[in-house]
Amino acid sequence: MLELRGISRYFGGLAALKDVSIKVEKGEFVGLIGPNGSGKTTLFNIISGVLKPSSGRVLYMGRDITGLNPNKICHLGIARTFQIPRPFKNLSVIENVMLGVLFGNFEQFVPYSEENVKQEALKYLNFVGLRVDESTMPDELTAVGLRRLELARALATRPALLLADEVLSGLNKEELAEASSILKRIRDEMGITIIWVEHIIGALMNLVERVIVLDYGEVIADGSPTEVSKDERVIEAYLGEES
Amino acid sequence: MKSPWVKKLFLLLILVLLVIFPAASPSPYLVHIMTLIFIWAYISTAWAYMGRFGLVSLGHGAFLGIGAYVTALLFNYFNLSPWIGMLIGASSAAFLAAVLGYACFRFGVIGDYFALVTLAVGELVALSIIALRDTTGGSLGFTIRNLGNAPLYFQFSNKVYFYYLSFLFLVFALYLWVRIDKSKMQKALRAIGEDEIAASSVGINIIKYKMTITIISAFLTGIGGVLYAQYITYLNPHTLSGVEVSLAIPFKAILGGMFDMWGPTIGTAMIVSLEEYIRVSYGTKFIGISEVAYGIALIVLIIFLPKGLYGTLKEMKIFKNERRRQYGCNKRKEVILRGR
Ligand SMILES: Nc1ncnc2c1ncn2[C@@H]1O[C@H](COP(=O)(O)OP(=O)(O)OP(=O)(O)O)[C@@H](O)[C@H]1O
Ligand SMILES: [Mg+2]
Repeated sequence: MLELRGISRYFGGLAALKDVSIKVEKGEFVGLIGPNGSGKTTLFNIISGVLKPSSGRVLYMGRDITGLNPNKICHLGIARTFQIPRPFKNLSVIENVMLGVLFGNFEQFVPYSEENVKQEALKYLNFVGLRVDESTMPDELTAVGLRRLELARALATRPALLLADEVLSGLNKEELAEASSILKRIRDEMGITIIWVEHIIGALMNLVERVIVLDYGEVIADGSPTEVSKDERVIEAYLGEES
Repeated sequence: MKSPWVKKLFLLLILVLLVIFPAASPSPYLVHIMTLIFIWAYISTAWAYMGRFGLVSLGHGAFLGIGAYVTALLFNYFNLSPWIGMLIGASSAAFLAAVLGYACFRFGVIGDYFALVTLAVGELVALSIIALRDTTGGSLGFTIRNLGNAPLYFQFSNKVYFYYLSFLFLVFALYLWVRIDKSKMQKALRAIGEDEIAASSVGINIIKYKMTITIISAFLTGIGGVLYAQYITYLNPHTLSGVEVSLAIPFKAILGGMFDMWGPTIGTAMIVSLEEYIRVSYGTKFIGISEVAYGIALIVLIIFLPKGLYGTLKEMKIFKNERRRQYGCNKRKEVILRGR
């Protein structure tokens, strides 16, 4: 479904990604981990079209999508959440999600009637467990609520592939379990392929079927959670960070 | 307003008053002032189509000038009726807007940089008009050939026709504002105005929508230039393009409040009246300082009163209810759904 071929990205002299090649199949639930600054968000930015790679290709459903505008990529069925939530602050929470419904992937076209679109938006808000009324504004939400809004807005674009960037941070134990179950349901019930970046590795390892580890912009491991957690380079990368 | 019903009645009353105004007016001078208000309100409303979404153009003089000059030149040299010429003039303005817009939006020129680029373009058009003095009359401007009363050629010996005509144009611009507000485009532009990256990530085609609103705004502004030129029957690069008008237009809109459909009209009414008052009381003493005054006033406004006078007043009224609602019973609205 998604294939990255030799993606590199430089910021000035700094190499945020070095020759990253990854393949993700339809229906997979993939975890993407790595220490701070290892290039996870940069990779998402490149897949979603926010950044252009310095070199390398992004293929999606057999099509070269490298360098397409984010809106085009969204229409092809790739949605992403932002690590630092970016709600439209002057729009109500519902309107935020309505934008996703209105402008997202046209494959499952929703006829434009204010009421239809709103109902559709509420459906996604419900799904992520965010209860709001008509007038709730994003700044009335907690940090946790904002992450859910990110997720709802991304889902509203009706993606086939979801790039979820740290949807769990700032949650307590109880919320953690619940939020991870939402991700699982997105894959199982909606049939959406997921690449999930998360710092809370424990929660991630429990859920995903495959883990990719980035370190200094390079893929250092790619395999099942059990394999990866035994990998020496991974342990080293993380121990290096912990100490 | 209390209710839609009261509001509609109020609007109807104003409409009736404005329609009978020329007949009831004690002097044609007041009708003239009102005509000027309509024309400039129409133009600054067209400007605010963009301005309210964060596309602050300081170069609308370019569109005004192109619309007016193309139309008037086609008439003077080729005898083309301004009714037709105006479509060509406004289309030329829209074409310039498309080129300028694409260049800016493609390369992510936004905010202050967009304002600066447009400011330069406005001045560039004024300088071009001056440079082409053999055809345009340069700085001295030129007069539209007078045909006396020739409605087919957009000339009326009775100026009251211009009063009604510009009133219609203003009503149209306000109507279009409402239509835009109900459209998908308005939602897209609001999102774009706030955060382009987030907007494009939910599938909004930034360039398309910004281009569309820019072209609409420029086209209407070009028509506004024709309206003004036909009314005054004289074209001058300094009053129709260049820095002064390019700043005066946003100033009117921002003073009234560019986020509200009535804001630009209210701002224009205030400024045009004030300008006339100053002109009548102090003569021409102040000519030339207005550019400086506009520049300074614009900066002060943007910093201290970004929503304009009318916008701010309206907000204060709303805010009282809002606060009660926010801190009333349901303070925390977000409830996280557990399990299921
Ligand atoms: N727009 C940018 N300009 C310059 N440098 C950048 C930019 N974006 C990221 N970087 C740099 O690239 C590197 C990778 O950053 P990135 O945000 O992708 O890491 P990350 O894995 O998402 O980290 P974190 O876990 O902290 O979110 C960092 O060194 C960062 O400083
Ligand atoms: Mg990151």
